[in-house]
Amino acid sequence: MLRNIIIGLLAVAVIALGYWGFQEQEQKQVLSINAENNYQRAFHDLTFHLDQIEDELGTTLAMNTRRQLTPALAEVWRITSLAQAELGQLPLNSLQLGKTEEFLYKIGKFSYRTSIRDLDKEPLTDEEYQTLQTLYDHSHDIREEMREAQAYVLKNNQKWLDIDKELQAATEEKPSDNLVVNNFEVMNKNIEGYSEVEWGAGLASIEDLNGEMKRALAGGKKFSKEEAKDVARKYLDLNENAAVHVADTGSGLEYPAYSLVIDDPDHEAHYYMDMSVEGGHPIWFLQERHIRDQNISLKEASDVAQAFLEENGKESMQLIESKQYDSIGLFQFVYLQDNVRVYTDSIMVEVALDDGNVISYEAKDYLINHKERSIDEPVVSLEEAEKSVNPKVAIMEDHLALIENELGDEVLCYEFFGTINDDTYRIFINADDGQEEKVDRLERAERVYDFS
Amino acid sequence: MKSRRFISKLTLALIMICAVAVVAQSTPTHAFTDQVIQQGATGDDVVELQARLQYIGFYNGKIDGVYGWGTYWAVRNYQYEFGLDIDGLVGPEMKDKLAKSTEYNEQFVQRALNEGRKFTHYGGTPKKVQQGPKGSRNKQKGGEQAGQQPAPAKGGQPAPTPEQGQAGEQPTPAPEGGQPQQGGESPAPETPEQAPVPDEEAPVDQNNDADIEKATNVPPGYSDNDLQLMAQAVYGEARGEPYVGQVAVAAVIINRINSPTFPNTVSGVVFEPRAFTAVADGQIWMAPDETARRAVLDALNGQDPTGNAIYYFNPDTATSGWIWTRPQIKKIGKHIFCH
Repeated sequence: MLRNIIIGLLAVAVIALGYWGFQEQEQKQVLSINAENNYQRAFHDLTFHLDQIEDELGTTLAMNTRRQLTPALAEVWRITSLAQAELGQLPLNSLQLGKTEEFLYKIGKFSYRTSIRDLDKEPLTDEEYQTLQTLYDHSHDIREEMREAQAYVLKNNQKWLDIDKELQAATEEKPSDNLVVNNFEVMNKNIEGYSEVEWGAGLASIEDLNGEMKRALAGGKKFSKEEAKDVARKYLDLNENAAVHVADTGSGLEYPAYSLVIDDPDHEAHYYMDMSVEGGHPIWFLQERHIRDQNISLKEASDVAQAFLEENGKESMQLIESKQYDSIGLFQFVYLQDNVRVYTDSIMVEVALDDGNVISYEAKDYLINHKERSIDEPVVSLEEAEKSVNPKVAIMEDHLALIENELGDEVLCYEFFGTINDDTYRIFINADDGQEEKVDRLERAERVYDFS
Repeated sequence: MKSRRFISKLTLALIMICAVAVVAQSTPTHAFTDQVIQQGATGDDVVELQARLQYIGFYNGKIDGVYGWGTYWAVRNYQYEFGLDIDGLVGPEMKDKLAKSTEYNEQFVQRALNEGRKFTHYGGTPKKVQQGPKGSRNKQKGGEQAGQQPAPAKGGQPAPTPEQGQAGEQPTPAPEGGQPQQGGESPAPETPEQAPVPDEEAPVDQNNDADIEKATNVPPGYSDNDLQLMAQAVYGEARGEPYVGQVAVAAVIINRINSPTFPNTVSGVVFEPRAFTAVADGQIWMAPDETARRAVLDALNGQDPTGNAIYYFNPDTATSGWIWTRPQIKKIGKHIFCH
């Protein structure tokens, strides 16, 4: 009797367990199909859009009028950004995709630049046609690789989840040999092989901050580690007893620099700093410590920041922006030469509002760009420049400013602050030809969403 | 320029209020702390500043406790009209003037602020009219204010033609000497610069769109939600790291956004498959602490301890051999940062 009861109970338990297991299994399947479908969609969208890019580029080659070319190039630009987003959704890493992404970026940049230009006045040059031709050829190769990968995925019912697993299991010695991944890698390799010259003006070099930094610092006096320690103590206003640890940065950084960790006995906290070897300039530093409640005002803190810059040889810096984040004051300074704001030479300083100490400093832009310039008198008068501003903008304030335009040249501008309704704008008008160089809508404070 | 007209209308009302206040020997106005208020500041002083400027019609935006551009222009206009140095800094002189020429019902404002109510703080309008639609709890407060409200000019005040106040859309500010002074009769020597104003009752139908909401500063181009998402990623990836290591991880996210070879949005970079382990294993959904948030803020404001790195890895746990081939920049905490 007892035996039968036990058997009965066990039977029920087994059935219940089986049912539960079945449900779990089913749920897992639903989830993995969902995940797989997302990958599949991104992949097929990507191939479709790469197809389209090739198509559109091919058509533009035969076009001659602006009416046709401009929308076609704008279309290329739009599709490129879609393809970029889809690439980012695939479970592949830069090894397989890096160069492809760069290639898409360059197509996008080229098509954007040419599509916004007035092609009636400035038609495509021969070189640009050449670039277009090259882009077309490359996009053709890319399309072929992608189509093959797509056909393989469809024929063999290849799952991206499996690809993902395979890639994660792959090691240096035993790399995965999935055909889809291989095609991506081949595509990437091919693009790597394209010579830089073919890109045409402005496309070859992608922004290279570290390279600029290297050029800017080159030739400065080489500082030893001991000297670096002294500079750091002076910047942070610490006496000789403050312990400083200096290390070289790795070879990956193009300019030679020291990484310093400095003890701050007052706060029982460290400062971290990077300093260039050539010239001994602190590039940035920050302090790691808890910041207590606010004791000093933002105004006092901005005076501290200004004084700090002056003490450390950064004279004639003008405060252009101040912001309070809880008990931290953040200040942006630019160099002021002959009453012209030089926006490229900017320094960021943070001051703790509890005791008024400088806790963060960043001067990369200043170090890269700063030099004494000869600034010419503006050709256009202030009144004329004001006329170039949209008449809907009520102008409130004006300055002279030196900014970097889209082509990377420094241009002297009138800087106007003005408002339309509740929005404030900053508008730069070229002081030589009265052209509108740049318009920014200045940010507003953001409301706090509180659901409690 | 409706507001300017409104100001001039109000000035008379204000004079009367002052008169009443002087007669009633009102308690001394307690206003502002000692700090000089500068653009970018946040806090109660800014709330008070905005409320007072709104009271006399210089400020029509939200009272949100953040000294942004809207407040800046209001302050400058005020300084212009009242002959102060036009620098956007609210110092003792301006605070004095404001305190004397305006009312500030701190309770009313702070409560509305905390309750997230729509409301305004214009002088000359009963508070209950200015309280937004949110509440059944629209209590009528500030009885004393209501009592002072109807301020039609009584005899003795010079009552210039109404056109004067309305004439110019952009009236040039009254230079001190050029205006007929309120003279001996005026019981409000505190506001000698005020131009004579037409005798009209204060308009009741205010624009009640302006409302109050707590607000916060954000770095240009990013929302507070972006900041939160990044803080979660940083917390998930580097919560055991020193502060500088957390800033470094945040800086890598930003460097990736700016890099052509990565997606161009915060979410695109953070959720890119196989990019961050904290995203893959769900650690990103933990609530980040204040340190992670501050690290993100520092990075968004330009701080980059990594020297423009776009990769980092933990040498103890890294599985990919490829990552070791990247040019290394430096090690911060447990992570090696590289290009």
